[in-house]
Amino acid sequence: MSNTVAVTKSQGRESERTKPFLARNKYLILRRITQIGILSLYIGGNYLGWKILQGNLSTSKFLEVIPLSDPYAVLQMFFSGAIVGVDVIVGALLILAFYGLIAGRAFCSWVCPVNMFTDAANWIRVKTGLHREEKRINIPRSTRYWFLVLGLILSPILGVPAFEFISPVSVTHRGIIFGIGLGWTLILVIFLFDLFVVKNGWCGHLCPLGAFYSLISRPVSLLRVGYDLNKCTECMECKRVCPEVQVLWMIGKENKPVLSGECTNCGRCIDVCPENALFYTLRFKKSGGDKNET
Amino acid sequence: MADKKTDSKRRKLLVGFLQGIGFSIIGGVVWSAIVNENKKDPLVLRPPGAYPEEEFLKKCIKCGLCVIACANRENIPFDRQGNKMVTLKLAAPGDGKPLGTPYFIPRHVPCYMCIDVPCAFACPTKALDVELLRNKKGEVDINKARMGVAVIDYNSCIAFWGLQCDACVRACPLMHKAIYIDMRRNKRTGKHAMLVPVVDPDYCTGCGLCEYACPTDKPAIFVLPRDVALGKIGKHYVRGWMEAQENIEEKIKEREKELQKWQPKIPEDYLNTEDLLNE
Repeated sequence: MSNTVAVTKSQGRESERTKPFLARNKYLILRRITQIGILSLYIGGNYLGWKILQGNLSTSKFLEVIPLSDPYAVLQMFFSGAIVGVDVIVGALLILAFYGLIAGRAFCSWVCPVNMFTDAANWIRVKTGLHREEKRINIPRSTRYWFLVLGLILSPILGVPAFEFISPVSVTHRGIIFGIGLGWTLILVIFLFDLFVVKNGWCGHLCPLGAFYSLISRPVSLLRVGYDLNKCTECMECKRVCPEVQVLWMIGKENKPVLSGECTNCGRCIDVCPENALFYTLRFKKSGGDKNET
Repeated sequence: MADKKTDSKRRKLLVGFLQGIGFSIIGGVVWSAIVNENKKDPLVLRPPGAYPEEEFLKKCIKCGLCVIACANRENIPFDRQGNKMVTLKLAAPGDGKPLGTPYFIPRHVPCYMCIDVPCAFACPTKALDVELLRNKKGEVDINKARMGVAVIDYNSCIAFWGLQCDACVRACPLMHKAIYIDMRRNKRTGKHAMLVPVVDPDYCTGCGLCEYACPTDKPAIFVLPRDVALGKIGKHYVRGWMEAQENIEEKIKEREKELQKWQPKIPEDYLNTEDLLNE
């Protein structure tokens, strides 16, 4: 046992030395650029009248014509008994198709603004080694699916889209674009929750929107993180950084890509892997490991 | 042994499920309380073409496209600091309005009644529906908007002192229709007229340009939602002098039929019973 631990540690450090900074943070940097870029387009859309992306993550107009809508919000509206315009239905289907067929749960790590705050909390956690001393509070990761269903049950009872009235995702994104008011307190709550209460507490345990995207990207979404068992040295760096650790169950065990819908395709594991055993791939592609074996 | 094992497994599953249900009810009650408190604001003013509040809250997806249309409309006026006069705002936490929904406060920035109604056309969910703004010719007409209705507190209106102020009348886009000047005798001086503003709710759109123009510290004329400010008479009062003659005759006939069905007891019948006569 002690032997493996020693190996793990030395290799982890080794990877940080051998991989240059940019390669070690490639997807992290790309993600931040995407997140901030999308936000800037929205902000320009409101204050400067840019026509590229107008609205917010609930519903927006892309290039003035193409509607894009949050499918979970539209679903809640259906449940609340509203007859809505065709635009949002088309928009919801487009988004559904994009994440459900292609990008997986990439919304959470590449678009959602809350991700930047929860990642910051997580970064402080890792840097300070908080998890070593903290009192563990267990909230199952399945809680988010209960919230997801609860949002749909409450919508007809309250007669309004229920989650849209409390969603920190909407409050944050809307706040950044249109003025946040006291909305920053909600961001603070989530930040502190993730920092002191539960690791990846909001995004990985509670958020029903993340749960929704997990469900829709489970069956067919193309973009996946591939894994090559033969290259893997089991340094476990990937598991250290992954916000949804349970999706990496195959590390050191099976030569399989990450197929769980809960994987946010953030690519952090790909960044930190010193052996390039993890990489973006497509769902129905044969993995590199198989080719080597045959 | 095997039975016991499956039993305890089943039990664990059941307890887990019940826990989930229990927590969901707790969460649901708290969640509902927050939403219910948040969605009630009887004094909120909505953009033109909005459905009644309950329906509006169902349909509004809080995207802010109406606000963007308002902020980027043509000929937008600027205030003295050089800021755009954007009418619509999206409610943020702390504003005390249903979260994320568009509203406006006329005293800050009134609705400028754009003839092309960019906000209503921008709405992707039809929570703002231009169909509600069509006039008899079928054209979209901003004057059909019913965002609220102006109400005058004549105790704080200086025109009721006898001073000449027609700021609200001049500001009104439907001058002499939605707000008109009524000439009244000035009892204080005994020889002057008072030119006082009167609102006609049949024409008033609730844009709030009057509220914005009012020179008093706190406006003497202000916009309230129509269902807050207006009463309702009911069908049992009929203005015979205003309805069309045929209608009146029909109504009278209907009433006569109703009366024929109704047979009143004649006092002679029920007072002078046989017993009484016999006595």
